[in-house]
Amino acid sequence: MSDEYDNNKSYQAQSSEVMDGSTGSVNPDIDYVRPAEVGEQDLYHGHSFIEKWVFCQDAKVIGVQYFLTAVFTGIVGLILSWLMRLQLGFPELAGFMTAEHYYQFVTMHGMIMVVYFLTALFLGGFGNYLIPLMVGARDMVFPYVNMLSFWMFFVAVAVLMASFFVPGGPTGAGWTLYPPQTILEGTPGSGTGILLMLISLSLFVIGFTMGGLNYMITILQARTRGMTLMRMPLTVWGIFTATVLAMLAFPALLVSAIMMTLDKVLQTSFFMPTILKAGEVLEYGGGSPILFQHLFWFFGHPEVYIVALPAFGIVSDLISVHARKNIFGYRMMVWAIVGIGGLSFFVWAHHMYVSGMNPWFGFFFATTTLIIAVPTAMKVYNWILTLWRGNIRINTVMLWCLGFIVTFVNGGITGIFLGNVSVDVPLSDTYFVIAHFHMVMGIAPLMVIMGAVYHWFPLVAGKMLHEGLGKWHFWITFLGAYSIYFPMHYLGFIGVPRRYFEMYDSPYMTSAVGMNEFISIAAFIVGAAQFILVFNIIKTLKTGKKAEQNPWKANSLEWYTSTVPPEHGNFGERLPVVHRWPYDFSVPGAKDDFIPQTTAPSEVIHTEVEKT
Amino acid sequence: MSEQKIDGFELKPGFKGMASDTGSDQTMFKGVHWGKAMMWIFLLSDTFVFSCFLISYMKGRGSTIVDWPNTSEVFSLHVGGVPVPLLLIAIMTFVLITSSGTMALAVKYGYEKNRKMCGWLILATAVGGLTFVGMQVFEWSKLIHEGVRPWGNPFGASQFGSFFFMITGFHGFHVSIGVIFLFIYTYKVFAGHYESKKRGWFTKMKGDYVEIEILGLYWHFVDLVWVFIFAFFYLW
Repeated sequence: MSDEYDNNKSYQAQSSEVMDGSTGSVNPDIDYVRPAEVGEQDLYHGHSFIEKWVFCQDAKVIGVQYFLTAVFTGIVGLILSWLMRLQLGFPELAGFMTAEHYYQFVTMHGMIMVVYFLTALFLGGFGNYLIPLMVGARDMVFPYVNMLSFWMFFVAVAVLMASFFVPGGPTGAGWTLYPPQTILEGTPGSGTGILLMLISLSLFVIGFTMGGLNYMITILQARTRGMTLMRMPLTVWGIFTATVLAMLAFPALLVSAIMMTLDKVLQTSFFMPTILKAGEVLEYGGGSPILFQHLFWFFGHPEVYIVALPAFGIVSDLISVHARKNIFGYRMMVWAIVGIGGLSFFVWAHHMYVSGMNPWFGFFFATTTLIIAVPTAMKVYNWILTLWRGNIRINTVMLWCLGFIVTFVNGGITGIFLGNVSVDVPLSDTYFVIAHFHMVMGIAPLMVIMGAVYHWFPLVAGKMLHEGLGKWHFWITFLGAYSIYFPMHYLGFIGVPRRYFEMYDSPYMTSAVGMNEFISIAAFIVGAAQFILVFNIIKTLKTGKKAEQNPWKANSLEWYTSTVPPEHGNFGERLPVVHRWPYDFSVPGAKDDFIPQTTAPSEVIHTEVEKT
Repeated sequence: MSEQKIDGFELKPGFKGMASDTGSDQTMFKGVHWGKAMMWIFLLSDTFVFSCFLISYMKGRGSTIVDWPNTSEVFSLHVGGVPVPLLLIAIMTFVLITSSGTMALAVKYGYEKNRKMCGWLILATAVGGLTFVGMQVFEWSKLIHEGVRPWGNPFGASQFGSFFFMITGFHGFHVSIGVIFLFIYTYKVFAGHYESKKRGWFTKMKGDYVEIEILGLYWHFVDLVWVFIFAFFYLW
């Protein structure tokens, strides 16, 4: 702890009964933690290579498998965005690209990034790796189901990727897959492409349900001795709440996917109204396209928070560790996460302001939408207040966290614009919307992912990532991302519509062309900069500096495993016993500036506090 | 699960008890088996699936332009030339609810370690479920024979067939999965896997009679969903 705060005796960290050096009396009862309720978990250790690394039941390996698969799809999504930007910025160089291709790339980019990249990475990747370690469990509670969950996800990704290679290509209906055009001839990929997309989504939901049950029960029923819910790191809270949202929101996606599959395959008319095509009445009739929008967004809006809440949780932990200060308002942070999660089920129709719904209905959803800003703003204030007068270490991890706060606030503010019906209607379907959601749920969570990778890589691989490369990676990404999305707000204001293959002879062609070129160049650079991380990881694995145990001097349990990287079973002979929350940093009177969660109150090494 | 003791923890009744359980370490639901908690949460998620289906059905039925078919005629059986509405469906519902009863008894005998009775009752439940699915197959083939298809039917709005086949099909799929597991667990109980602590074929984990209760939870849920489907399709 830094010297200048020694005089401030009123700082007392929650739940840490640090004795003042002068009293010296130690009460043995304060170390008491009640005995274990549940016996040791029966673990199946793999024997062969296949059982250890392929069909592995260890949550840590499953987490890495999820991570790598999600990153693979993310790279596909990145390449698609490059192709889109090439067309928008330099159409003369993109002669190979037709309008159909463009729509297919838009669709696949959106779906891949939201569902198969971010959701899988946060919940499948970080969730699997961190939950058992952070709550002090040996593994997920149902390791076999957990393994099936990953392979179901893998098959979902394979089916999704297969749609690139079928006749007609992948679906080009936009990632929202609005009927009726999604399954009508004339939309790219309306044959096999959309079918594979719907099958892949259904498989994803089934696979996620298996994983989600594991995450929830592990957190609720398999915590170690002394680990109360309010002593869990916020990472676990974020992932937990996101999982609850996913368990309740994905059903709507599954149902809409099943119904649309039937509309496509069996010519039912769930979502299909009577349609005249070239003077001919199609076989469909009597269905409701708006019903699909309701179902989709009942999934779609919680989905935003499924991505955002784990990011909130992780960034809280990273900021606290690297600012050497307890998270400000821990309980407020927990309740904010839970509150945002609850509210997210009552805002879905703000995606449908232009669908022709009753204005009063829009008024209701605008109100609920703006209410979400309250807990969200509380979280931002708490991050800032955690940093305030902290012992901040400006390392790569902290840079990503700061980048997150800035981009998230930026995206959040434009969200307040779009949450109001009267402002949303003119901005709807413009680049302003693109800028908004890329800032708030694209770049901001991505910043957290990057920070988390730099933070936990020493735990996963036992080696420290190169800091210099990390800083290059950060600055290019951060400045580049702003160069991409900041001008898009302006494009939106002048009315440039999104999802347009080209602007033809419209007035935008002249006023937006230079800006589009600039954005495209920035997008190429930012995309390429991500490979700095790939290079950094490969280089580190080969020649990197070996990490000591707990290199960041953090308190949470994942850093106190028997070996680094942790083996199957995580904690060796005995499970850790938890005595405090994970945020005892810079506690006045304690010798070190951190007190691990496993340190009993009587074990805290204290020093005389200088009295001034 | 009553009268249980947890070392070093006082179980209190009512809201206070819930608050102190939530605030405690290790577990939120004291003394609840992992698998049982998992099944409850899975069923909550599945409730949302069926709710989405049924709400879509209400919306779909409410917004068709063509009249909805007269369900008491469409679903009636002809006994001796007289149409009897709801006859088949009453029998189906009776069989399924009865199988819930045998399932509950199986759970009771399982916890009493009465292996034989438990096994027979699970088998009875499985047979009940199978009978239900069989009658559903009969009902489907009767409707298909009369010209009802997912994309249209001679009685009215085409959405009737769409929603009917989709929702009863999805429910029937749940029943079928349940029947398969009921047969597997019949075998496991009769073979005495829980007494010999034999490890599972796939999961390599030891089992316990609590698994019968977990299976029972699923089965009761499937029955409960049927009550809703029954009300929304056949009585509306």
